[in-house]
Amino acid sequence: MALVETRTHPDLMRFTMPVTALAGGVFGFVLGSSFGSATLGVLAGLAVGAVTAFVLQSFLQRKQGRLAAAIVFALAGFLIAGAKGAVGGLIGGLVLGWLVYWLDSGRYREGVPTYATPGQVLWHNSFLFICGLIFFFLIAPIMVIIPLSFNAENFFTFTPKMLAFDPEGYSLKHYRDFFSNPDWQQALKNSVRIAPAATLLSVSLGTLAAIGLSQSHVPFRRAIMAVLISPMIVPLIISAAGMYFFYSRLGLQGTYVGVVLAHAALGIPFVIITVTATLVGFDKSLTRAAANMGADPVTTFFRVQMPLILPGVISGGLFAFITSFDEVVVVLFVGSAGQKTLPWQMFIGLREQISPTILAVATILVVISIALLTTVELLRRRSERLRGMSPG
Amino acid sequence: MAEATADTATPTPGSVATGPMLAADGVPLKRSLARALRREKLRALALIAPLLIFILVSFIAPIVDMLFRSVENEIVSETLPRTVVALKDWDYESGEGPGEDVYAALYVDLVEAEEMKTHTRLGSRLNYEMTGISSLFRKTGRGIGRMDTDAYTKAITTLDAAWNEPATWIAVMDDDSARALLPETASAWSSWTRIVAANNDDIAKEEPGDFLFTTLYRDLSAATPDALAGYEGPEAARVREAAARIGSIEPVSLREQFLDIDKDWSDVQVWGTIQAFSPKYTPGYFLSAVDLQETPSGIEQQPDDQKIYRLLFKRTMFMSLAIMFSCILLGYPVAFLLSSLPLRTSNVLLILVLLPFWTSLLVRTSAWKVLLQQQGVINDVLVWMGVVADNDRLVMINNQFGTIVAMTHILLPFMILPLYSVMKTIPPTYLRAAKSLGATNWTAFWRVYFPQSVPGIGAGCILVFILSIGYYITPELVGGTTGTFISNRIAYHISSSLNWGLAAALGTILLVLVLALYWVYDRIVGIDNVNLG
Repeated sequence: MALVETRTHPDLMRFTMPVTALAGGVFGFVLGSSFGSATLGVLAGLAVGAVTAFVLQSFLQRKQGRLAAAIVFALAGFLIAGAKGAVGGLIGGLVLGWLVYWLDSGRYREGVPTYATPGQVLWHNSFLFICGLIFFFLIAPIMVIIPLSFNAENFFTFTPKMLAFDPEGYSLKHYRDFFSNPDWQQALKNSVRIAPAATLLSVSLGTLAAIGLSQSHVPFRRAIMAVLISPMIVPLIISAAGMYFFYSRLGLQGTYVGVVLAHAALGIPFVIITVTATLVGFDKSLTRAAANMGADPVTTFFRVQMPLILPGVISGGLFAFITSFDEVVVVLFVGSAGQKTLPWQMFIGLREQISPTILAVATILVVISIALLTTVELLRRRSERLRGMSPG
Repeated sequence: MAEATADTATPTPGSVATGPMLAADGVPLKRSLARALRREKLRALALIAPLLIFILVSFIAPIVDMLFRSVENEIVSETLPRTVVALKDWDYESGEGPGEDVYAALYVDLVEAEEMKTHTRLGSRLNYEMTGISSLFRKTGRGIGRMDTDAYTKAITTLDAAWNEPATWIAVMDDDSARALLPETASAWSSWTRIVAANNDDIAKEEPGDFLFTTLYRDLSAATPDALAGYEGPEAARVREAAARIGSIEPVSLREQFLDIDKDWSDVQVWGTIQAFSPKYTPGYFLSAVDLQETPSGIEQQPDDQKIYRLLFKRTMFMSLAIMFSCILLGYPVAFLLSSLPLRTSNVLLILVLLPFWTSLLVRTSAWKVLLQQQGVINDVLVWMGVVADNDRLVMINNQFGTIVAMTHILLPFMILPLYSVMKTIPPTYLRAAKSLGATNWTAFWRVYFPQSVPGIGAGCILVFILSIGYYITPELVGGTTGTFISNRIAYHISSSLNWGLAAALGTILLVLVLALYWVYDRIVGIDNVNLG
């Protein structure tokens, strides 16, 4: 943008230095209060921040300046508190270094119009900061368990050894436990047996029904849709209670078939929603063209319609799969000890004997969900591209 | 078909303008189209049918079954059929226990129930309504075989040893006129055949039970001389003989016998409870679910120390609202940011929202357990910073705070995604236009942007509220005792206290609430517009 060239450097003494000093003061406050004196920490932080801003802005270019700040701070941290201090210093140095150049280059005004008042600029950046905190709130809890799963002790928190980055503080023992403990292995096996069967059932029935629902003249469409989506809306505990009572009458309670049926019912709304969404963009003249050229309905379905709606079907299937794979309430009631799934075992683990193996399992599950999420995202984009709805 | 033939007749050139328009095969176009439409409808329905049937059987039927279970109360009239009938005329308000007839009916009912081992189930059922009945039934079940009614057996078999023979009984009880003459005995006999069958014994070899002699004694004493004289069925002489000498037998008061086992049988409250729960369907579970109880004298409040459900419903509502509001508070800025960023950046940031959405619920709950507990990460950080003292760590888990924080995190994506999809459609030019017309930032946002984002807020709120109101796993794991929801109570009644009726009633109330919200959601958003990101 043309704005970049016209952007002026703000005054060092009146802007960059005081703001950096303030940030240093905040760091100083945190560190100082943990070592006993908050006031001393704030004062030291203010001084360090001011000096950093001055030195970096006056003597160094952006890239080398940030590198230098990171190295100097990391070294200082290492001299004071060893490995732990080095990491802390590195983070502090990177943040302060980035802050100085961010302020100095005027990039903090990027998101607002040039005529914005300083108050508006401050508000805009505070807003971004708040959003950053919310994203942190969303992601941090999930990320925290990953390092904790490598804990060498049976604790749910960071041990001093882990904080000191001592290799002895880390181990794979919880993973070993997961792969050698028969309870966990049985649970994994059950999950792997139940989820695909339930997925297959809900995808096959759900896709057919979604195609039926997307026809132009469907009597009672609204009511049918409400019934088909209801498993997603009815609280799980009620579904679980109802299925428990009803399946015990039929003798399905505590059987593999019962759990698969229950999970298939829970997965169906997701298949219906994703597949009908895909079908909205489906060009009906394609099927008519196929019929016109002599294809029978079955051939039309498999050769013309299916390949086009496949991304939607697959993502619906992935939703159904994850629903079944993560489901615990219904299986808790409809299943018996023989159908104990991975989430069930985790649930017991969390409620009764708290074992850190759960964290290892959780990490594995996080990795699986990242893989599934990526797949669904790619499929969604592919489907949008196929239907010409999105340029990217 | 006659009409069809007329229509399909080849039109003469002159009639084209007036006659019906025809399709290529000569069928009137209107009918042809109607048929095609009908066929299309049928094809659509045929595609939907398998799934619809599947959902109806595997999901809707269980829910309906649960609704039914919340009012079903057949156990009392099934286990104590005669007592229920005999109690019909008894007046609880009189303050006096029922008469000997009722005790006699109870005696026969309980003998059968004890043999079938159903009396303890009935005891547990009635115990929900009146504490102590369970042990009363269990105690009575143990004592019923040792009642003094064997006096009748001895007396009658002494009069005529043939009564000790199963053959005599079978012969008499096979006859309709005998059954009419001895109604109680006939009914007791059918119990006897069931008991014998349940034990896989041969009825022709089993010595008749004491209770048969008791009912025989009662029937013979009550039989009018005319009826006896008119009896012409099998063993007529023997029956008349026994009837003639029945007066010489010393009667045994069944009331006294029951009171000997447990004096609670004189308590009108016990009888009142049995009477009040005699009907096949009862509102009792629903009353319990709102802290009322059905007593013999009408509907009353539960004692204060047992009032928990209204509090629990209120708490569930309050916490769901709290979670909903924190979701708006955190979700609105993020959705706003996402919708105002260029698509490429917002897609990357959206992944940060979708990742928790795709991560297992148990993983997220365990993460919060790790973070919030007293020896957990957050407390460790606070202690390290010197904000809290080491011996004074914050209690953030196993209470309402823990549940609200963890569930806000879990449900936040459900708020952000609908908000985002609505905000994406609001043109940014509106805000700029408002500002160029002189609005301040705040006015432009509040008067122009916010009203347009309200549908998104509505959709997100209802979704989050519906989901949180029925949550089970997270409150169970991080809620302790003060942070649990109504669903935890339902689970408790299903798996621990086994009070399935109450669980079903609580579930029904919750279901009605959720369905009402679902209906509202459908009105304002439309169910097919649910966006899964």
